[in-house]
Parts: sequence; C-alpha cells; structure tokens
Amino acid sequence: MAKPKVAFYWAASCGGCEIAVLEIHEKLLDVAAQVEIVFWPVAIDAKYKDVEAMEDKSIDVTFFNGAIRSSENEHIAKLLRQKSKIMIAFGSCASEGCIPGLANFYTKDALMDRVFKETPSTTNEEGILPGPETQVAEGKLTLPVLWDHVWPLEDVVDVDYFIPGCSPAPVTVAKAFETILSGNLPPKGSVLGASEVALCEECPRERHDKKVKKFYRPHEIVDDGKTCLMEQGIICAGLATRGGCGHLCINANMPCRGCYGPPPRVKDQGAALLAAIASAVDSNDEEEIKQIMSEIPDIAGLCWRFSLAKCSLVNKPVAAAAQ
Amino acid sequence: MKTISIDPITRLEGHGKIEIFLDDNGEVANAYVQIPELRGFEKFCEGRAVEEVAHITPRICGVCPEAHHMAGMKTLDAVFKVEPTSTAKKLRRLLYNSFFVSDHTTHFYILAGPDFVVGPDAPVAERNILGVIAKVGLETGGEVIKRRRECNHIVEMLAGRQVHPICGLPGGVSKGLNAEEIAEAKQIAANSLEFAKFSIQLFHDMVLGNTAYKDLILSDMYAHKTYYMGLVDDQNRADFYDGKVRVVDPDGNEFAKFPASEYLEHIGEHVEPWSYLKFPYLKKIGWKGFVEGKDSGIYRTAPLARINASEAMATPLANAELQKFRETLGRTVHATLATHWARLIELMQAAEAMVELTNDPEIGSDDLRNRDLGTPGEGVGIVEAPRGTLIHHYISDENGIAQKVNLIVGTTHNNAPICMSIKRAAQGLIHKNGEISEGTLNKVEMAFRAYDPCFGCATHAIGQTPLIVTVYAPDGSVVAQGRQDPQ
Ligand code: SF4
Ligand code: SF4
Repeated sequence: MAKPKVAFYWAASCGGCEIAVLEIHEKLLDVAAQVEIVFWPVAIDAKYKDVEAMEDKSIDVTFFNGAIRSSENEHIAKLLRQKSKIMIAFGSCASEGCIPGLANFYTKDALMDRVFKETPSTTNEEGILPGPETQVAEGKLTLPVLWDHVWPLEDVVDVDYFIPGCSPAPVTVAKAFETILSGNLPPKGSVLGASEVALCEECPRERHDKKVKKFYRPHEIVDDGKTCLMEQGIICAGLATRGGCGHLCINANMPCRGCYGPPPRVKDQGAALLAAIASAVDSNDEEEIKQIMSEIPDIAGLCWRFSLAKCSLVNKPVAAAAQ
Repeated sequence: MKTISIDPITRLEGHGKIEIFLDDNGEVANAYVQIPELRGFEKFCEGRAVEEVAHITPRICGVCPEAHHMAGMKTLDAVFKVEPTSTAKKLRRLLYNSFFVSDHTTHFYILAGPDFVVGPDAPVAERNILGVIAKVGLETGGEVIKRRRECNHIVEMLAGRQVHPICGLPGGVSKGLNAEEIAEAKQIAANSLEFAKFSIQLFHDMVLGNTAYKDLILSDMYAHKTYYMGLVDDQNRADFYDGKVRVVDPDGNEFAKFPASEYLEHIGEHVEPWSYLKFPYLKKIGWKGFVEGKDSGIYRTAPLARINASEAMATPLANAELQKFRETLGRTVHATLATHWARLIELMQAAEAMVELTNDPEIGSDDLRNRDLGTPGEGVGIVEAPRGTLIHHYISDENGIAQKVNLIVGTTHNNAPICMSIKRAAQGLIHKNGEISEGTLNKVEMAFRAYDPCFGCATHAIGQTPLIVTVYAPDGSVVAQGRQDPQ
C-alpha cells in the first residue's frame, strides 16, 4: 500500500502545536517513516501553488492547527479542505479558538488601537495603523487582512476529527497518530488521542462531597496537595473538560483550565463549567448561590478560557467567508 | 524596479517575510522584514483576573512559553507587592536555566550549527542537523535530543507541562521537588554541564580554528554599531532571571541602568504601516529611522547584546570563556554572527547554574510561597528570554482584575536591527549581474538566523528555514530564481 500523504499547517497559533509534534521524540521518526509529508511550511518547501496544483482529495490527512483570524488563514483552510480526504483540527486553537479566541471579547479596532496607539510605550503621534497595503519609496508592501473575529476551523470548513489540547500532550499526539495510521477510524466528528470521560474521572485527587461556601483564587489559599481542588474552593475545570492529558496541571498543584475542550456529549464547555461551579456551592438558596458565584472574578473569561470562540451565548457574525 | 522576495516560510504562509528591492543599477536599494500577524494580547488580557494573565500570556509563543510564564509570575510579585521565598526563587531559576540549556542547544545545533559546523557554502543536502551529525558523530545528534528531553523533564517536574508550563503564583511557585526528583535533576544538570563543555570545544575546533569562518563572522557585512541591552546583577554580571536592565552604548560605556518599574522612561515603540510588529528604540535618544550609531536610538537584545551589556558572566567557566571571547573579538562586539559564540557562553552559564541550584540544600525545602500579599496594583516584570529582554506590565484594580496590559517581547526589540542586518547582508552579497547562488541566499539568511527570531519560532524547532529568492525584471517577469530546499 502506498504511504498516506499528509499535510501540516498552522494558522493563528503560538507554534506550541508544532512543538507538540516534536515532543513525541523517537516516535516521530516511526511516524515519519510511515507517511509521505506533502506540505508542511516549516519543514518542507512545498509552496501554496504546489498545493493548488494537487488533485482534489489527493492529500489523505491534513493536520490543521491554529484559529482563523485572517484572510490568509481562511483561504488556506479552504484550499486544504478541498485537497484533503480527512481534515483534522489539531489542538485547541483549531478546535475551539483557544486563547486567541479571547480576542472575541473585543472588536478588532479596539485591539489595533490598544496595540498601536494606546500602550504606554508606543509613540505614534500620527496614529498610524498597519494595513493591507503600503506604498514605500521602493515599491508596494502588503499584509494579510485581519478579521473582526477569531473562528475555530469548523466554522469555515468541514472538519472530520479533532485532536484536543493547548498544546496536545505527547501522549495524545502519539495516540492520535496511531489511530490514524491504523486506518481503523472512528465516526466522523470524533475526538482523537484523548479519553471518553471527563478529566475528573482520571484525576488522582481524593474526592468527597463538594460543599463550597466560598471560592478562592489560587493565590488566596494553600492547596493541601491531595484533596480535589474544587472541594477546597479552587475552581477547577476538570468536570467540564475531556480527560486524556494526564492531568498535567493538577500534577503541578494548579487547577485545570479546560484546554482539552468539553467532555463527550457536552457542547458548550463554559456553560458546563458554570453548572459545575453552581452545583458545588453548598446551598439550596438560589440567592445565596448567585451571591457566592458573583464573587468569582471574570467568570466568563474563566469558564470560556479556551472556548470563547465557540460560546453559544455570544452573538457572532456568520462565518468569515462573508467578509 | 526589480524586487527580490525572500519568504522564510514560503510566500503565502505568513509569519514573516523579507522583501528586498533592487535599484535600477541592480544594487540593493532597501529591505523590509514584515510581520503579518497580530493577536492582540495587550487588549484581551484586560478584564481577566490578574493572576490568570501569567497563564494566558505564555500562549504568545509555544517555543518560549517558559519565558512568558516567568515574566508573568515576576509581574505578579510586583502587582501583589510580595517578595518570593528564597526557595521559590531558586526553583524558578532552576526551571529557567533548564529552559535556557534546552533552547540554546536546539538553536545552536539544529538551526545555526549547520552553517558553521558543515559550512555556509556546503551542499544544501548536507547543511542540516544530519550533516552536523555526519561531521561530529552520531553521538552528538543523540545528545542534542537527549538534552532537550532531559531539560524539558525538569520543566515538567516543576510546572506540570512542557509546553505552556504552569506553576507561577505571586510570591512563589505551586510545586517543589522531592528527594527523588532532586536526584534526577542533579544528574540532568551534570549532563548539561558536560554537554556545554563539549559544545564550546566544538566551536573552538570547528569555527574558530577555521580562518574562513572567522573572516565571515568579522566581516563588515554582518556588523552593526548599536546600543545593547541586558539584565545584570548587582555586580553587572549577566543574569537571565532578575536584576536591573543595563544599556551600553556602541563603545561599551554604560548609558543607562534601571529597574523594571522604570522601563517606560527608557523604551519607546515606533509604528510602521507595513508591519504588525512595532520597532522599539531608546527614548532618550529618539527614533531616527533604521540607522545605526550612537545618535540613533536603535539597540539590540539577545545573547550578543547581553554579553556586551555585562561586565562578566556569573559563573566561573562561562566567565573564562567570556575572557577568550573578548580577547578574540574585543570588549564590545558588533559582529552579529558572534551571537552564536555568545549563545554558547550563556549555555555554559545556564548549565553551571543548574549544577549549583540542584546541589543547594534549600531546593528541597517546602517553603514555596510567601503568602504576605499586598493589595494588587501595578507591576512590571522583566526576564531575559533567549531571544531578548522580555517585559510584562500589568495594571490591576484593587480586586485583582487586570485593567491594562503592556508587553514587549524579545524579538520585538530586535525588529529594527533585523531589518538593518538583512539590508546590509543583501547589499554586500547581491550585485548587478551577479549570480545569486544558493550559498549567497543562505548567507543573506544567516544574518536573519543569528537573531533566532521568534516569528520564525516553529522554524526554530524544526530546524531549517525554506528560502526562496526571486529576481523580477521591471516588467514582472522572473529573471532568476534561487531555491533552498530544506532536508
Ligand atoms: S475538579 Fe479538578 S481537582 Fe477535582 S477531581 Fe476534577 S480534575 Fe481533579
Ligand atoms: S489539566 Fe486541564 S488545562 Fe491542564 S493540560 Fe489537562 S486539560 Fe489542559
């Protein structure tokens, strides 16, 4: 059998997903020997027009990391979709928008003004904003157009599978590659390389009844190192997060913030975390519950830390194509 | 007018491109390095719980998240007006020096090594990590991978995750080390020190022993007389984690020395319409355009700048090597390619620091946090990231909600110098009717690579930057094309 043809691409992301691929160390060599990499801008020099020249569906699998923030991101996402049999959203940015998705709390203009006009170190009396086209003495310089919104990949193209994590833990990357190479693929829409249960079920911490009268921020309390963080009043996203990372943050005595996305059958991770927090409160009095919850700082930015771009409560314009 | 485009990542992929314009005589008229990305952390961190900003900002860069997390936790110390415990500081330093060893090793061997160990004019097929291995032996290649993995393991022991570590709290850290972990860390530190010694010897044998390379390093084409910036301790020795920011002028005289909290008096950022990345400069001199010299506010950061800004290194072997560096190249070194030697001197300091820290009995203490926090307010935290001085600045309200955030990251400081270096190298290498050979293109790119720019961060990890240079005739037709295929 011919080796499967694979492509890697990264859009609006930090580069951590590319590092995540390297962190499987020797296993990467095994994987590399079993596939033919046809497009990976950081590693091999195949150009955009080479991809364009490929026949439709001639790439077996594309691993796409990063969110969609610019004209260029969307353009390549669509092109790779057209050329690929299987399109995989790799990592939290492509799956849920991740941290870059927090930009959806603000407009693009507010972002630009803050960065280029308002920050205290910036000197910009003329109020210059970088833009798509600049005429300089020697010629014309161009930049991609930034959009008003950050989109997860599935908002602009059809996605077959998701690999979770910011960035995916080495064990997830290795398992996902294994599944794909086995050819024994789960139903479309499945999450690869992670668990089918919530993180709490894999967490080594001791659990009793959750009875919380007051929530603490991580620096306000000394964690005992063994009891469920939520029980101690430190908000932890474990109940609203898919397992499979190896509870990495808990290992460092820090709460989970939800980078593995929602657990199976949960659509809106933030809403699920809100519900989990509410049900941990030791009260039956709705007013008291509200009161205790209202003391939690930036609850929206906490519950939707990695999934604001998918939040069902935020109105967003119809996907990027319209722009 | 003819244009040469060098797209490090290929033309349409974004994340940084270089445009070189030729004049009508076929000589290089100007060069621009453009950054086509903006994510806007300075805005969307507003409104977040301030302690969470130290966990959000590492997502600026997946290659150096340790640096962002460290700058973030130091900023939280300042915001909450708290001094971390002595153990916490040592654990932070251990994490940070381990990260430096891993990052500098990766850069030297995988990214820059091929140019020096194998040679800038060697066939492309050999100019990569495999070529390096062929030249210096398979064991070295294995060692590079092992160094990365072992040092990342220390990061993981202290901060849970290799990418986007998480352990920073105002006043300390969330996790310590048990006896077993310390034993492991000690061994890793000892291995790192041996490796640093080996690397410096290799540099002496392969590079300094070769006149052609030495001439290349010292050639005018790769030099800029600028100011230099770096963190120093109270004896003006290089410090990656803490201290004051020291700036020296192109002659090596101290120009400024200031604590983190005063950075705004010294650093300004200029905006150009053709890049989403700003151009920092020294405020007291002013933005004078893309020019070097004492009258221009342009300064540089990262290994060479740190070495220039320091009187000495903080550890004995690194300091001994610094003396050799200065005997060979002078007190203040403007040769951009000397950055690679400077990086190895830093690698040595980081490895020596790891040994020192893992042997310090206090490292096993459980006094991890000073919980005497003040009312949150404004704070600035500065560390040296491998790619330059990294500044985080948070303004919190009294409830601990971030109101304003400002960030100046390593590569940003070098934004203007990178543009200047590319122009200078291109001017020195590309001439009318001259053949643009593959080696020539690589030499232009070497000027860029020496800075280890973070916008090529993924490139940094994989090891080689695809480079395409196209020469267009005035009518737009392609008259020459050079292409370097990474292996
Ligand atoms: S809430 Fe967090 S600490 Fe508690 S069991 Fe779940 S994952 Fe573990
Ligand atoms: S514990 Fe939560 S935030 Fe941490 S790596 Fe796992 S899923 Fe991500």
